[in-house]
Amino acid sequence: MPDDSSTVLNQFRQGDLDAFETLFRAHQQAVFRWILRIVRDPSAAEDLTVETFWRIHRAHARFEPARPFGPWARRIATRAALDWLRARRPEVELTAQDAAALPAAPQADPGIAAEIRLKTAQAFARLPPRLRIAAVLAVVEEQPQKQVAAALGISVAAVKLRVFRALRLLRTDLVRQGITP
Amino acid sequence: MNAKDEDRIKQLLKQALPPAGSEVEPSRDLWPSVLRRLDAAAEPAAATRALPLSLPWFDWALLAGLVVFAASFPATIPIFLYYL
Repeated sequence: MPDDSSTVLNQFRQGDLDAFETLFRAHQQAVFRWILRIVRDPSAAEDLTVETFWRIHRAHARFEPARPFGPWARRIATRAALDWLRARRPEVELTAQDAAALPAAPQADPGIAAEIRLKTAQAFARLPPRLRIAAVLAVVEEQPQKQVAAALGISVAAVKLRVFRALRLLRTDLVRQGITP
Repeated sequence: MNAKDEDRIKQLLKQALPPAGSEVEPSRDLWPSVLRRLDAAAEPAAATRALPLSLPWFDWALLAGLVVFAASFPATIPIFLYYL
């Protein structure tokens, strides 16, 4: 985790561009990776990283230098990613071609057929974005629930509830497609 | 949905969507894009601030004429207001 000196944070709060660049250089990779975990598209993650830091700059006067910069940036990044997921047309679904472009699971279970994996990914893409974010961060990326809660601006209990609802909806969708998990 | 179902769905999900990876980096330096975004946002704001000064000269001339006319013939002000 980058060590942001209080001087830099105070200067950033006052709108200093050099301080903003220092914070950008220190946090851009973490913000990019966090967004990538949510949107799963490197090109979109790059654009959203730019959007996130623009929003961060716009909100500099509201930043409290006594608090760490990382979680604040992560929360703004999560909101930008959520806006992106919501703006995507619902009919845009994962195709077999998209699925083939996904990185291969390092420990892919040969017992789970490629078709089931594709249908699972497609069913997941149909979930409401706020449930999708909670599930992808907590289940797929195995991020600490406390961190996920802070990024989403909700309680840990609410994260657990969203994950449960996401899994239940996913199961229902898969059963409807004839897949019994 | 019982705990076994939940675990099975989680496993399916992890297989369908592998973790994005913790070593992935942006393919380019994003700082120039951030600066462009800041500039693009600043331009409309600057244009809004500069708006009163960017009025065409004849608008200013018309406004000055109206002020002079109103000062010379104050009785006509209610008539002008009536026709506005």
